[in-house]
Amino acid sequence: MGLKVYLEKIEPDFEPGGKYDKFYALYEAAATIFYTPGKVNVANTHVKDSIDLKRIMIMVWMATFPAMFYGMYNVGVQASYAIEAGGALYDGWQAGLFSALGGTLTGDAGIFSMLLYGACFFVPIYATTFIVGGFWEVLFASVRKHEINEGFFVTSVLFALTLPSTIPLWQVALGITFGIVIAKEIFGGTGRNFLNPALSGRAFLYFAYPAQISGDQPWIAAQLADGYSGATWLSNAANQTMNFGDSVNFASMQVLDASGNLVNQTISEADLWMNSFIGNIPGSVGEVSSLLIMVGGLFIIYLGIASWRIVSGVGLGVIFFSTLLNFFASDPTSIYAMPFYWHFVIGGLAFGMFFMATDPVSASFTNQGKWFYGFFIGLMTVLIRVINPAFPEGIMLAILFANLWAPLFDYFVAQSNIKRRVARVG
Amino acid sequence: MEHYAALFIRAVFIENMALSLFLGMCTFLAVSKKVKTSMGLGVAVIVVLGISVPVNQVIFVNILAPGALDWAGFPDADLSFLSFLTFIGVIAALVQILEMTLDKFFPALYNALGIFLPLITVNCAIFGGVAFAVQREYNFTESIVYGIGSGAGWAMAIILLAAIREKLKYADMPDGIRGLGSVFMIAGLMALGFQSFTGISL
Repeated sequence: MGLKVYLEKIEPDFEPGGKYDKFYALYEAAATIFYTPGKVNVANTHVKDSIDLKRIMIMVWMATFPAMFYGMYNVGVQASYAIEAGGALYDGWQAGLFSALGGTLTGDAGIFSMLLYGACFFVPIYATTFIVGGFWEVLFASVRKHEINEGFFVTSVLFALTLPSTIPLWQVALGITFGIVIAKEIFGGTGRNFLNPALSGRAFLYFAYPAQISGDQPWIAAQLADGYSGATWLSNAANQTMNFGDSVNFASMQVLDASGNLVNQTISEADLWMNSFIGNIPGSVGEVSSLLIMVGGLFIIYLGIASWRIVSGVGLGVIFFSTLLNFFASDPTSIYAMPFYWHFVIGGLAFGMFFMATDPVSASFTNQGKWFYGFFIGLMTVLIRVINPAFPEGIMLAILFANLWAPLFDYFVAQSNIKRRVARVG
Repeated sequence: MEHYAALFIRAVFIENMALSLFLGMCTFLAVSKKVKTSMGLGVAVIVVLGISVPVNQVIFVNILAPGALDWAGFPDADLSFLSFLTFIGVIAALVQILEMTLDKFFPALYNALGIFLPLITVNCAIFGGVAFAVQREYNFTESIVYGIGSGAGWAMAIILLAAIREKLKYADMPDGIRGLGSVFMIAGLMALGFQSFTGISL
């Protein structure tokens, strides 16, 4: 119990009037990592549960780990494909770091090299997010005398996972600053924001620096050889290179032939779908593997942290609207013809559906409201992907747009409850 | 029919009066504390835009546009320099007439709308709607659709803002930003969400 004694010993220094009372928020955050707070309710009613906000947020944080580690590995895998096709290591300090650590990346490099290569890109992004975001969090907590909240762990990891691996770090810092300060802290911090902070930060970058982040450019962490496209499948679909009417000659992929030239080889629908589901496709760090996102997502749904109503609502919305649009498809290569099971596995839909849409603060609070909110997100995602030619991906803007509607859904649910109750009780 | 549906959707979402064009801001920021009141105001804006856009379009095409006075024997007359003045006058007169009609025949609705009817005489969303319709040379039917659509878009925006403000009622904001300052921030962040529609061409 040495640690507990030590923490209790230094506590008076941080209390009002103590030497370091400005840093109370930091002390509180550190101490509650190890021990639950000693304060108890003094009034009569007291609901007791060992799970508090800190534990909930840590669970969500850990639920992103499968997707995160796979994402890092996949950065290496995609880069190795590009290198095999005549490209070279990424022209930047990340590749220098990789070489300095003794890594080499070839087409047949092992899992460890792939993971290390990805880590050289992702870890600096995540560290920047954490340090810059943490700085704002601590600053606001100290000045405004509220607690440092672990919601920030979740915001930071989700923000970092939605970024492409090659994004410059100053943009990462700018994005998380916008997300934390403008979308969250000026409204009073955790629990008061009406937009998802991670997504607003990303949306800010999306509109401010579209060249790096909008998804029309390849997101592969390597120098690409001439002719190697490396485009995400979502933008391939928008450019009509997927034939939804032909499951054998479904799409073409660039591979090397025996003499080392890039050639187009057709791939069947089932194979490409399986690749996309497992995550062997280019994309943002965390969004690629629908399978592992689902594992993490089902874990937090099982714990009751994420709402199954929202997730099902999003699913229904996507199925409904994409099936509807399938009837309007002029030819099978148009993105209008994309069936719902493709919408789920390419792009960021799975990640947004399980981790972003289920943010309990910016979603609807009422149960019926959650269904509407989820359904609306699904609908808007497909609408932006298919009907809006300006943006290849829709889930980010769809969730932000639905965040605006969430309070109104709650309002209508509450009003109808009031009306029913008045009719019953009189 | 499809053309009108596209026009309506464009007016509601893509060229949203409040959140894409930032028109009608004064009322938008000031009268959005409660969902109920903002609904009343929203309905008033829909009605006024739905009437004043087509009326002004008719006046412009038949009287003010260059060569429009042909029927009266003045083929060279060009009164379009009077258009802004005329629009404002017509909007004010229409709102007055509407107010009296409502007061006489629908007192319940009149009471519900209250101060908002005279208030939106000077709402720039109304004038903006009229000016856009004339500038884009909409015909009579199109201007009805555009008027109602842009009104509906503005109403939607203010109702959403009111719901968000009700949700944030007890938010512990920093002192400097409490009140109107936060509403500006909310409106800006809402506009970020409305970016979803930019680029859709109907």
